[in-house]
Amino acid sequence: MATQQSYYVPEQSKWPIIATVGLFLTLSGLATVMVNKSGGDTSTGWWMFSIGVAVMVYMLFGWFGNVAKESMAGLYNAQMDRSFRWGMSWFIFSEVMFFSAFFGALFYVRFLAVPWLAGEGEGTMNTLLWSNFEGSWPLLHNPDPKVFPGPEAVINPWSIPLLNTVLLLTSSVTITFAHHAIKKNDRDKVKLWLALTILLGAVFLGFQVYEYIEAYHELNLTLDSGIYGTTFFMLTGFHGMHVTLGAIILTVILLRYMKGHFSAEHHFGFEAAAWYWHFVDVVWVCLFVLVYIM
Amino acid sequence: MSAVLGADAHHHHGPAKGFKRWLFTTNHKDIGTMYLWFSFAMFLIGGTMALVIRAELFEPGMQIVHPEFFNQMTTMHGLIMVFGAVMPAFVGLANWLIPMMVGAPDMALPRMNNWSFWILPFAFAMLLSTLLMEGGGPNFGWTFYAPLSTTYAPASVNYFIFAVHMMGISSIMGAINVIATILNMRAPGMTLMKMPLFVWTWLITAFLLIAVMPVLAGAVTMMLMDINFGTSFFKAEGGGDPVLFQHVFWFFGHPEVYIMILPAFGVASQIIPTFSRKPLFGYPSMVYATASIAILSFVVWAHHMFTVGIPLAGELFFMYATMLIAVPTGVKVFNWVSTMFRGSLTFETPMLFAVAFVILFTIGGFSGLMLAIAPADFQYHDTYFVVAHFHYVLVPGAIFSIFAATYYWLPKWCGNMYDETLGKVHFWMSFIGLNMTFFPMHFVGLAGMPRRIPDYALQFADFNQISSVGAFVFGTTQLLFLFIVIKCIRGGKKATAQVWEGADGLEWTLPSPAPYHSFSEPPTVK
Repeated sequence: MATQQSYYVPEQSKWPIIATVGLFLTLSGLATVMVNKSGGDTSTGWWMFSIGVAVMVYMLFGWFGNVAKESMAGLYNAQMDRSFRWGMSWFIFSEVMFFSAFFGALFYVRFLAVPWLAGEGEGTMNTLLWSNFEGSWPLLHNPDPKVFPGPEAVINPWSIPLLNTVLLLTSSVTITFAHHAIKKNDRDKVKLWLALTILLGAVFLGFQVYEYIEAYHELNLTLDSGIYGTTFFMLTGFHGMHVTLGAIILTVILLRYMKGHFSAEHHFGFEAAAWYWHFVDVVWVCLFVLVYIM
Repeated sequence: MSAVLGADAHHHHGPAKGFKRWLFTTNHKDIGTMYLWFSFAMFLIGGTMALVIRAELFEPGMQIVHPEFFNQMTTMHGLIMVFGAVMPAFVGLANWLIPMMVGAPDMALPRMNNWSFWILPFAFAMLLSTLLMEGGGPNFGWTFYAPLSTTYAPASVNYFIFAVHMMGISSIMGAINVIATILNMRAPGMTLMKMPLFVWTWLITAFLLIAVMPVLAGAVTMMLMDINFGTSFFKAEGGGDPVLFQHVFWFFGHPEVYIMILPAFGVASQIIPTFSRKPLFGYPSMVYATASIAILSFVVWAHHMFTVGIPLAGELFFMYATMLIAVPTGVKVFNWVSTMFRGSLTFETPMLFAVAFVILFTIGGFSGLMLAIAPADFQYHDTYFVVAHFHYVLVPGAIFSIFAATYYWLPKWCGNMYDETLGKVHFWMSFIGLNMTFFPMHFVGLAGMPRRIPDYALQFADFNQISSVGAFVFGTTQLLFLFIVIKCIRGGKKATAQVWEGADGLEWTLPSPAPYHSFSEPPTVK
């Protein structure tokens, strides 16, 4: 740790407060839309939201632009690099815990709540609430079908989901090839493998959209079709958002690579994006097994 | 030390001028100061709400506020004190102290540090604004159980949800910064087992924050979806379960109570050795005890839910797991007492608060053990006994440790000694006020007075009047604290670098007030 003398402490920065204003406008805009959605005027909310998003995008370009400039000016030493690595690792851990909350909810309803509603155990919920209710998983018949009409069927895991699994697993391999190519400074291969990774992600998302359309239009499997649809769409939906974000990050990384931002030795931006991509991949494998197959 | 002074002369310049210093700062001391002032402002706002509650409860019958507004007061008081007062105060202390304690130039990620802070005033502006909205603010208790917080919630619940999201983002980024600083920025020779205990407790707290704040985000996201998009997480008609909310919430909520107390343990472990003029007794066992408490905190959450109808095996598991926590906590109390044993004790204000912390927190711990007994909890659940219990761990626990820390390190921060006489007055008034407020709540709780209700049966009147008088004593005393702090910042006896005769640690090798940039060159730790 003898390198500590040169640890880079940035001067004052306007980006955090801009980020705060952007975040505040985005979220309070969304809340305003939701408060007014039944009967009220939602245009104020949408305006706040849109301005907030614009501010956030401006901030992201500016803040990451600063970081890229500082990095290329050689201000970051090995210790700074370790701070970034710790930061990214713990951020991914927080994402893991966010998904855990939803996986936990899935386990709870599937193995406890639904069987209890169906009369299992010592409780009397079945006779007191919906005595005709029979529990099953996937839950096609909800306790109160008038309020929550259940889905007719669920997605077959051995069709699109299997294909999507292959796509994402392949993309984890291609991004590793890109990483090896960066280390060897083989610029053409880096671009090729990164572009292929992004393409695989995009195809995955396309299939996911197709699957959602099928679920909504042909299976009546929707967000409001009871707890199966709830857990299915929330888990796969949040995952899809993360794939989208990951693909955007990788695209930015590809563009930065083409501008010569990364060297064979210093490319933590790329590595962080790759970690994120692998994380998204692992979540998908859990989804495929626990949501689609089981 | 001379190296530090020398380094400061040629490295970086001082703070920027005007409001930009605070808006754009990347300095851990500026950010720590903002956290602490923000926390104190929230402490006064949340405290005022507590006084509204106590004024209403001064006599049986409806007195001054509408029951609907009373519900908003209990809810907002809890939310503001937990997320706005206690947590930011500890992050403020972490910002000020951790870089100085581990010999670092600043926090590991200074710009993100600024962002973590500035999110908070915006989040609380959003939360507080709900009180003025149509239908009122959150009225479902700080634990916001579904369906009270979903099906039956006022429309403003959407703002509440996004405010909680913002607080979560702030906490997670703050915690990542603390972890990266501790793991990566220590001076040469500062091995993990040489770190001051305040740093250790914060390392573990930061881990807890990163582990559970996303779960809270998950809980409010499920609420948002149930309210606006027709999902059925908490709706039995669709196969969901309102009890699911409680599981997700308390999986966050129980580690959260340790998030609010572990840094307090750290503060006590810094202060008690100083004024005992002895090294801390059992340093390694303190570290292991803190880690054990943190790990156990993940497997005890359903002790908050003994009465909702969980299976017998669950009641037993969560009962015994909860009682296990008393073991590492007992180790800590034993170590603090052993540190004082045969020490050359003096009782300056920080020590008074620290000793009161040990004694009164132990009372709160014991009432916690009573609540952990599942069959007994069936009696205590949702009574004032619970209110007495958690205020005994939070007020003389978390809040007293924050007072203690402020008095202990304030001379280091501003270069002046505080007024010792006024500090002692503040301590004794707070001590008397808080015991008057919360001790009688044990009795009315055991006698069956339910919590969160604006009215009560006549036989509880005497004890409630004592509580209310105590609350106003405690509340007004905190204005004295504000006065003492401002007086100290504006002037007073100059503090030496070491400040306290028995103080030990890197922060005391820096001059008082500490220079704007801490250790530009790393000190060497033997």
